[in-house]
Amino acid sequence: MPTGNKLVIEDFSFYYDSLQALFGISLEIGSNEIFSILGPSLSGKTTLLKSLNRLTDLIPDTKHKGRILLDDTDIYDPAVNLTELRKRVGIVFDLPTPLPMSIFNNVAYGPRLAGVSRNRLPEIVEKALRAGVLWDEVKDRLHDSALRLSGGQQQRLCIARVLALEPEILLLDEPCSGLDPISTASIEESLIQLKKTYTIILVPHNIQQASRVADRTAFFLSGEVVEVGATYEIFTRPKNKKTEDYLTGRFG
Amino acid sequence: MITTRVRHLTQRIAKVLVWTAALSTIGVMILILFQVLREGIPVLSSHFLLDSPESMGRSGGILPTIVGTFALTAVALFFAAPLGVGTAIYLKEYTRESRISRVIRFGTDCLAGVPSIIFGLFGFVFFVIYLNLGWSILSGGLTLAAMILPTIISTAEEAVKAIPISYREVSYSLGGTKWQTVTRVILPSAFPGIFTGIILSVGRSIGETAAVILTAGSSLLMPTSLFSPVRTMSVHFYILAREGISMEMAYGTGAALIILVLLVNTIAQWLINRYIRQRT
Repeated sequence: MPTGNKLVIEDFSFYYDSLQALFGISLEIGSNEIFSILGPSLSGKTTLLKSLNRLTDLIPDTKHKGRILLDDTDIYDPAVNLTELRKRVGIVFDLPTPLPMSIFNNVAYGPRLAGVSRNRLPEIVEKALRAGVLWDEVKDRLHDSALRLSGGQQQRLCIARVLALEPEILLLDEPCSGLDPISTASIEESLIQLKKTYTIILVPHNIQQASRVADRTAFFLSGEVVEVGATYEIFTRPKNKKTEDYLTGRFG
Repeated sequence: MITTRVRHLTQRIAKVLVWTAALSTIGVMILILFQVLREGIPVLSSHFLLDSPESMGRSGGILPTIVGTFALTAVALFFAAPLGVGTAIYLKEYTRESRISRVIRFGTDCLAGVPSIIFGLFGFVFFVIYLNLGWSILSGGLTLAAMILPTIISTAEEAVKAIPISYREVSYSLGGTKWQTVTRVILPSAFPGIFTGIILSVGRSIGETAAVILTAGSSLLMPTSLFSPVRTMSVHFYILAREGISMEMAYGTGAALIILVLLVNTIAQWLINRYIRQRT
């Protein structure tokens, strides 16, 4: 039955071998919103993100229960094309991960794999780098190695690289964790822009970032959703004592 | 007081010992190189390098043996490099640590410990006699391929293992298949390490004598096909010295061999550095 939500997570649990990392997560995420997931380390945020495009498949001896519906189709259905899924659900990791190749080739990597014709690549790369707010800094040295960029530039490159595939959902796992305030501000600014086209799920690197950019926020603790709601509500009137304690810095 | 002094003394003795060890290593190396080059370099000339041997190598040049050395090494690499790199990729990317991977690894470890004369014997019985390839470039090359395979596999495996897991994650997350990830990210990143292993193997192939003499023969004629028997430079050196044909010519061949190996290593190092510089 169609729900109208872009992404519906239904009673989802995840296990690394015998260690359970997620306990019956249920969330609904709509189109064009920035949804943030807050929580201390080891609360299962990254596991959930990586489950959403099945990168967790790369880890041996893992299993899951429950369903994750993307446009009402279970992404764990055997008929799902993994490559296609990962193109629709892009991810940016917490540390910048440029591949050891030129700036241009990093951004063109995904489209090339998808078989985009050669002469369309320059246009796609430029568009993606503009969306990642990096174009002006690198337009004269697109064929330099990406490893020579600064940390902030590398992270924006990673965002641009994902955008080059024009995904529907953008997963951001603490994308600003290694960045200075100026780079962080420029990334946050671009997130607000990107929201118009994409659904964004963000694990912010600090509480304030969630309050600055997120429409809705969920608070995770030990693999469970403690509370979920409009960011403003969560920050001003948390219903759960644990949420309040976390937000006021009593633990975490 | 005393313990401090003892400790200082220990430090000094240790320092002297490790220095002696390092210096002796270099000393032995220089001694060997110096001896061979001093005796050999006067023999080197364009005539020596570009002519065929006369009267069993007592005079003339060594060109057929240079050609034979290159041909044998090329054949060995042609078979061992793809096979070795493929095995390493299989072990690291396509299978998990399992019974099969352990058996393969145990097998290559055993292979690595087998003396080269045994490879020669195997090559002689299997390639030369059983497959009826005769003493030939092909028999010798295949035997060398079997001999260098373990080195190529283990160095390639190390090189692949050293690639950060994040490269793989990125490639998969951008919609890459396993094959695309291997060919576009893993192999290019592992290339310097793989190449180093290949160069090590080239050094071993060029220098190998026992396995070659049993499988490629010792013909002094210029080879004309893969089925021609050949004599490599190492074998030539061995025969000249062993049978007392000409120590002068033996040293000349030895010097040429050393210079060849140094040249190969230098060029390879230069290529690797250039490749790494381009990518970073």
